[in-house]
Amino acid sequence: MITATDLTTFLTRRRGRALHWTDVVAHLYLAFGLALVVLPVVWMLVSSVKSQRALVENDPRLLPWEQVTVLGSEGRQLSVFTLVRDDGTRLEVAFLAPRGRNALVVPVAEVGDATRAFEAPRDRLVRKETVAPQIGNYTKPLFGTGDTDRFPFMRFFWNSTFVTTMATLLTLLVNSMAAFALSKYRFRGRDAIVVIIVSTLLIPPTVILVPLFITVQGLGLFNELWGVIIPAIASPTGVFLLRQYMLTIPDELLEAARMDAASEWKIYWRIILPLAAPALAVLAILSVIWRWNDFMWPLIVLTKSEVYTLQLGLSTFKGEIADNLDHLLAMTVLTLLPVTLVFVFLQKHITAGIANTGLK
Amino acid sequence: MARLELRSVTKTFGTARVIHGIDLEIEHGEFVVFVGPSGCGKSTLLRMIAGLETVTTGEVVLDGRMVNTVPAAERGLAMVFQSYALYPHMSVRQNLSFGLENLRMARAEITRRVDEAARMLRIEALMDRRPGQLSGGQRQRVAIGRAVVREPTIFLFDEPLSNLDAELRVQMRIEIGNLHHRLGNTMIYVTHDQVEAMTMADRIAVLRDGRLEQFGKPLDLYNRPANRFVAGFIGSPRMNFLSGTLAAIDEAGVEVALKAGGRIRVPVGAAGLDLGASVDFGVRPEHIRPIEPEGAPVGLAVTLAEQLGGESYLHGTTESGETVAARLPGQTSVRRGDTVGLALGDPGDRHLFDAATGAALPHLA
Repeated sequence: MITATDLTTFLTRRRGRALHWTDVVAHLYLAFGLALVVLPVVWMLVSSVKSQRALVENDPRLLPWEQVTVLGSEGRQLSVFTLVRDDGTRLEVAFLAPRGRNALVVPVAEVGDATRAFEAPRDRLVRKETVAPQIGNYTKPLFGTGDTDRFPFMRFFWNSTFVTTMATLLTLLVNSMAAFALSKYRFRGRDAIVVIIVSTLLIPPTVILVPLFITVQGLGLFNELWGVIIPAIASPTGVFLLRQYMLTIPDELLEAARMDAASEWKIYWRIILPLAAPALAVLAILSVIWRWNDFMWPLIVLTKSEVYTLQLGLSTFKGEIADNLDHLLAMTVLTLLPVTLVFVFLQKHITAGIANTGLK
Repeated sequence: MARLELRSVTKTFGTARVIHGIDLEIEHGEFVVFVGPSGCGKSTLLRMIAGLETVTTGEVVLDGRMVNTVPAAERGLAMVFQSYALYPHMSVRQNLSFGLENLRMARAEITRRVDEAARMLRIEALMDRRPGQLSGGQRQRVAIGRAVVREPTIFLFDEPLSNLDAELRVQMRIEIGNLHHRLGNTMIYVTHDQVEAMTMADRIAVLRDGRLEQFGKPLDLYNRPANRFVAGFIGSPRMNFLSGTLAAIDEAGVEVALKAGGRIRVPVGAAGLDLGASVDFGVRPEHIRPIEPEGAPVGLAVTLAEQLGGESYLHGTTESGETVAARLPGQTSVRRGDTVGLALGDPGDRHLFDAATGAALPHLA
């Protein structure tokens, strides 16, 4: 039997050290940071099943409360209220029409019978609501039910997946090759090249936007997914990250491989890449997040909806006149899922990768 | 057959010259040890033979063929590294077979060689483990196994035992010796430990500051060191040196007036040296005997007497302030604080070095 005291002891157990005030500050700071990161995501998840009305009204309640309605005699949806009488008894009534400070209502049980309608003071009417997650926010755009245009989620999803996968694979390949050369070969100007590569981080992407666009168009990659993929492959962050990690791989391993008659390609493929796996996993995560969430560059290169990525697709919900907030949020949740899963999966591999590095 | 020749080999890193023209010939089947203090260039020399370092000038000749520009992989040599350099992400079996796979050898042949090496080195039970799961001695065996499976013409060892504890080192020393006996290959072994050099080598190359000081059989180096450096480097405890001057020269040898007092005859030729020239007299600790102080040429104030039971060591200083160590068989009654006289060996055990050049004066037959 676990008592509350046991649980408290377990949760507050420390290594025989009293809680210092800096610990309290540290925990508060961490809790603040956590809230800062998590709350927007929670808000989005919760809001994605709310109705458009709740979103527009900015309904502050956590759960998707919705007005209960009943079908009236003329095919109208009537709002249901609870009437609290003077003697404290309650009656469920359907709202028919306003009558000044009163309202014309009819008991829900006799909603089809107009003769049973009566007037009740509005301040005695309490809105009747129920928790009703709006699954339609997801199904309507996905399957095009009702009056909503179909949101071609699967096509955008495929485009995004293709861009992300190809760009990430090529990023890992190209950057690790550059890092291998820059960390394991001695040649004139090596350090200068590293400095030049890293210093390109100082150039804001917007500065090279136009020349990059002209290049991509010149190559005939306008409105092609490859036009999004290829400019993103080489990344100074990736080269630097991998190079710094590869510097820690002992040169003797490479020399042993050379004595073992391994070609330089084989040394790269069979020795360097497996040993750089933890750094590659980090770069893979970064690259997936970058490419999946990228908006600016695809927006410039891709103008036809057939080649839209998810991020571009989502932007179509934001109209000139009105935003389709409910659908936007639901589709955003779906968009976030894959990248989250990738992160959770690779996270496990990073830990395993570091543990497997049995270097002395 | 593998006959290795180094012809005036030099190596320069930037402006620093680390190897100053070394000539060496190693016959097939020889076990040669490169020994020297750290920084003497012995590892660099080995790596030049392996093909991991370029040769600045001179030639590395393998079986009559100049191999300066032949890449390491094509020289047919195998190397055991100081840090073992096992591939941490591969199992022991993969570590052993990696080199053979690169040579595009048939699967069956790879399996046969790997299994044979594993049996020989008693690592069969470890084949599926990763290097990280092995002890130091086991890693060492795997590293040697990786060289063995290649069936190389020459084995290169770069301080392979320096990461092992003393007991394991002795054991692996014996195993490497057995391996050499069984395989009959040429082996070149680098170490800074003169005991390893003495016990394992057919011939020893003593290096200092990128120069070859002496190359010869272990006992030749021990009995007839070519210079003061080799004399001091080979043997433990090291040879005692007492400075003096040439007092007399005749056909049977020379007489040296020691700074520590007394005169001593050494049967060496003194060509090129004049009377009064500074010389260093050398004698090994085991050739020194304590005698009654009265009438002895050299007296020793004993500062430390170590009794090991089977043998004893005396350490002390002479009147000239030079330190002397003596190794005595059995046990001794000499105690710390005693003063004893020293008998400085039979004439044949005495060495004399030119103090200016360090070169040994040749013994007269």
